[in-house]
Amino acid sequence: MLAVVIFSRRKWRIIQAAFRRQQPKSMPPSPAIQVENLTKSFNGFTAVKPISFQVERGEIFAFLGPNGAGKTTTIKMLTTLLRPNDGKILLDGFDPWQHSREARQRFGIVFQDPSLDGEQTAYENMELHGILYHVPRQERAPRIEALLKQFELWERRKDYVKTFSGGMKRRLEIARGFLHTPGILFLDEPTLGLDPQSRNQLWTHIKTLNQQEQTTVFLTTHYMDEAERVAHRIAIIDHGALVAIGTAAELKTRTGTDSLEAAFLALTGTSLRDESANAGGDQLRRFAKMWQKR
Amino acid sequence: MGAIYIMWLRELKRYVRSRAQILVSLGQPALYLVALGYGFGPVFAKAGAGSYLQFMAPGVIGMTVLFSSVFSGMAMLWDRQFGFLRETLVAPVPRLHIMLGRTLGGATVAALQGLLILVVCLIAGFRPHAWSAVLTALVFVVMIAVVFAALGSAIGSVIEDMQGFQFLMNFLIMPIFFLSGALFPLKHLPRVLDWITHADPLAYGVDGLRGVLIGNWMFPWGGRIDFWFDAAVLAGLAAILLALGARLFSRIQL
Ligand SMILES: Nc1ncnc2c1ncn2[C@@H]1O[C@H](COP(=O)(O)OP(=O)(O)O)[C@@H](O)[C@H]1O
Ligand SMILES: [Mg+2]
Repeated sequence: MLAVVIFSRRKWRIIQAAFRRQQPKSMPPSPAIQVENLTKSFNGFTAVKPISFQVERGEIFAFLGPNGAGKTTTIKMLTTLLRPNDGKILLDGFDPWQHSREARQRFGIVFQDPSLDGEQTAYENMELHGILYHVPRQERAPRIEALLKQFELWERRKDYVKTFSGGMKRRLEIARGFLHTPGILFLDEPTLGLDPQSRNQLWTHIKTLNQQEQTTVFLTTHYMDEAERVAHRIAIIDHGALVAIGTAAELKTRTGTDSLEAAFLALTGTSLRDESANAGGDQLRRFAKMWQKR
Repeated sequence: MGAIYIMWLRELKRYVRSRAQILVSLGQPALYLVALGYGFGPVFAKAGAGSYLQFMAPGVIGMTVLFSSVFSGMAMLWDRQFGFLRETLVAPVPRLHIMLGRTLGGATVAALQGLLILVVCLIAGFRPHAWSAVLTALVFVVMIAVVFAALGSAIGSVIEDMQGFQFLMNFLIMPIFFLSGALFPLKHLPRVLDWITHADPLAYGVDGLRGVLIGNWMFPWGGRIDFWFDAAVLAGLAAILLALGARLFSRIQL
């Protein structure tokens, strides 16, 4: 009797171990994101030098870099908003510039700069997104309700987004990004302008999504502690070039430092960067363009 | 299909919700109607051309639809500025659907504005030669709306700032309005101007409206042929401009 229990327990462990080992094997071979020699320049200024990297399925991958390093430009190229000058991109094996619809169906994105419709209510913004991303009608309402409640916007669902505070807009933007469940989630400085509570909430949600649904996450942030907390691997980009890539521990060992922040500074230097590439940078650039044209 | 519908609905909601703006945008054509209609009326009558109000009312309807539809397309400038355009550009639906929804939404709003100003014209004393003509006139209201909403979308896909917007207003949309025959008959004009007016899309819309409403056609072939000619020109233009708008919209980069 006892032997049976021991035997079955052991057997159970063996099964578990086998299952654990098997999981990576059973995944399809193509990585979630594959980038080779990706390049972008704006009128002679190279914003992204040829960069190459790979993000595995189910990985949380953080892009760290000072202002103007080329993080947003890279994300725009990955998400069909900006055509690269050169290089190869594969999302789930699809070239987003040749099979844009297949690629777009596979990712979700929270932009760095606002992208909400201020003239519609919070609920209408969510609903529009749900329709554009083919969330089935029966699932739409309950998911919208759950997300709006989670990000504490449910009471304000009938208010126009233009009446929201910056933090509320940001939360809505993030809730919207979670409405459909994409295989790959891009988050461009998602925590910018959020209070610590919402930030915590966001990362918890992302970890859960990543564990339960194997969502691949590609994020950029300025906060080292966040990157260290959630990311499996971290890439450091500076002046459009990748200067390091690895786990937080690896980066620290490589630079002989004891914190990610110290490692980051060791890799990118301590000089300040141009502020215009910060949030709202798009707006500034547009004004600059306006003046140049005259 | 869902994408077309939801983008169309967005335009309609925006229209219905901005009640103040509806009144404001009707103010300009109403002013034209009153100031020019009553102001030029006596001169027009003395020249033996009949009632100026009767003549210009279809023109003012065409003008209302023109501006309303072009503006709705150019409103893309604001969606670009406030970032909402990005949300629709990365969605996993053909950009053609997004563009069609926006354009048809803008056209619907413009057609509604056209109907409202028609009512204003009736109140001001305009009388169509038959009441059934009002229904036929709707065909032209809708076609003008689609043609210029498509033009607006094409323009909105290309311009990125207010300068571009003002440039196109002054050098494209205003000439389209003034040379369309909305305010004066396109007869006995210098030859160059005559050519230009025949290249003006709105001229065919205004001619259609005027022909249907008061039986006054620009071309000499007789009502029925004139009707189909104007309609065919507008339909052709609508197809061309929709294709152009779709192409330009699909190429937007941010
Ligand atoms: N549309 C544009 N036109 C010109 N320069 C641009 C444009 N977009 C980005 N840049 C420049 O490219 C560099 C990288 O910008 P970005 O990718 O936004 O940096 P970040 O890493 O802060 O997200 C910056 O120097 C920025 O000024
Ligand atoms: Mg950025």
